[in-house]
Amino acid sequence: MAGLAGLSVLFFLLPLAGLVIRAPWGSMASVITSKSSLDALGLTLVASLATTALALAFGFPLAWLLARGRFPGQTSLRGLTTLPMVLPPVVGGIALLMAYGRRGMIGAPLYHATGLSLPFTTPGVIVAESFVAMPFFVITVESGLRTMDTRLEDAARSLGASRWTVFRRVTLPLIAPSMIAGAVLAWSRAVGEFGATITFAGNLPGVTQTAPLAIYISQTTNHLDEAIALSLVLVAVSLAVMLGTRSRRRAG
Amino acid sequence: MLEADIQLRLSRLELAASFAVEAGEVVALVGPNGSGKSTVLRALAGLLRLAGGRVELGGQVLEDPTSRTRIVPEKRPVALMFQEYLLFPNMSAVDNVAFGLRARGTDRRQARDKAAAALARLGVSQVASARPIAMSGGQQQRVAMARALITEPKLLLLDEPLAALDVSTKAEVRRHLRSVLRESPSANVLVTHDLLDAVALAHRMVVIENGKIIQSGTPAEVTGRPRSRYVADLTGVNLLSGTGRGTSIDLDNGGRLTTGDASSGPALAVIPPAAVSVYRQPPETGDANIWHGIIGTVDLLGDRVRVRIEGTHVITAEVAPSAVDQLKLDDGGELWASFPAAAVTAYPP
Repeated sequence: MAGLAGLSVLFFLLPLAGLVIRAPWGSMASVITSKSSLDALGLTLVASLATTALALAFGFPLAWLLARGRFPGQTSLRGLTTLPMVLPPVVGGIALLMAYGRRGMIGAPLYHATGLSLPFTTPGVIVAESFVAMPFFVITVESGLRTMDTRLEDAARSLGASRWTVFRRVTLPLIAPSMIAGAVLAWSRAVGEFGATITFAGNLPGVTQTAPLAIYISQTTNHLDEAIALSLVLVAVSLAVMLGTRSRRRAG
Repeated sequence: MLEADIQLRLSRLELAASFAVEAGEVVALVGPNGSGKSTVLRALAGLLRLAGGRVELGGQVLEDPTSRTRIVPEKRPVALMFQEYLLFPNMSAVDNVAFGLRARGTDRRQARDKAAAALARLGVSQVASARPIAMSGGQQQRVAMARALITEPKLLLLDEPLAALDVSTKAEVRRHLRSVLRESPSANVLVTHDLLDAVALAHRMVVIENGKIIQSGTPAEVTGRPRSRYVADLTGVNLLSGTGRGTSIDLDNGGRLTTGDASSGPALAVIPPAAVSVYRQPPETGDANIWHGIIGTVDLLGDRVRVRIEGTHVITAEVAPSAVDQLKLDDGGELWASFPAAAVTAYPP
């Protein structure tokens, strides 16, 4: 048992060690601060934060509806919202093209009417990332709402609190841990998004080329140093997120 | 004063209960699980909508479906203390207690001052800044009490106020709750399934079963003349029903009971188990009632033993523990029971 466990630890650790060992430590700073790297990292940050904000704005009402509503088809709707979590991202990208692409169901009339089109734009990246990442937020917050003792809300109301006060002072603080966890999950999923983004939004440096896309392109075009450097940045971000959420959990 | 006529239907319960509570009075709703006791409280608090009936408190109509009157929970001068207290886990005791005042618009500082004073009155100042998770059950109960009382409700509703406590703290909290309730100017309704709570805390008992009120009165009246098997089982007495014919009652499933009081028409009869004597042989006794049956269960209750004798009717006798050995009660078999006519209380149902 211990031997097999040790093997799997090695299996996970060796690739990370490989990244660290093969990293171009000497030229690291200049590689990361090159325009193409900064563009990719900046776009990743902007798009993933925008995705998280959209998840909060649109995902929260959906989570609320799924957790608290009672309507026919609720179970099917819940299944449908979680589908993007298990769907191959590249399939998601194709599906997005069919709907919001220049020749898509919604995209075509939108383009004819306004000349606006999502593919090959930064908003397109955000749409692709939202499609893949938002369900993580919805599901986490929904389960937080579901496991919360709703009698606490009854107690608050019977003490004279309006629905809004109950929401603000009781519901929100109690589901805050789920909100944070959901936001972190959705954000990190958005940071790593590749398949849906490249399929739907394309790979335009500075416009739709996020860090994962840049890493892949660098690697395939024999710029391995750049690929490794950017990868290490993402590793550092992931580690920071992991440690951050863990210390929060311990503190809470 | 509360005047309530509550009619509503939940999935497994049809509730139709009408009762009144004076200001300063404590009424205990007792009944088996699922009888609708807690539902009555939720309806009074406005957390459930009435289908019919009317709730009026101190001259103000809180709800009347026929005139489409319905005051939302937060606007009712009603406080509900839940089972398990349901303190807000994300707030300190002071903030829990101050919540009702803050929600009604008192400014933060004043609300917290009043809350701290309320905690002091209830003897729990030491947990003022603690979160509920760090408090004992008894402390939580007092904080919940302070939280409920701070808005000076006209109607105080307590759902199983002592059920969440362990035996060692229950008696002390019950005494304290009694003194708080006796001073409270509000109409008070408490739900309990513990007869001792009802007797110790309430002026009046209302017995509810299957959504209907089947008896109400002072604890002495209700326990002395139970109208249902549920109450008889709570107090541990034998309850039989039949038709009175002078000083005897023809029991519903056959047999006859000789009573001290005269009765006529439908009648209930109570026989305290301690008045019942048991024998292995047909007894030679002056007792007017001699029954015979098979030994059912034998249970120790304090320093007495309760023996169930199952014949035409089931009767429970309470005997000294020494009788278990003398009469070999553990072996089962036939047993005779006798009790005098004077031990039987007969009354109309």
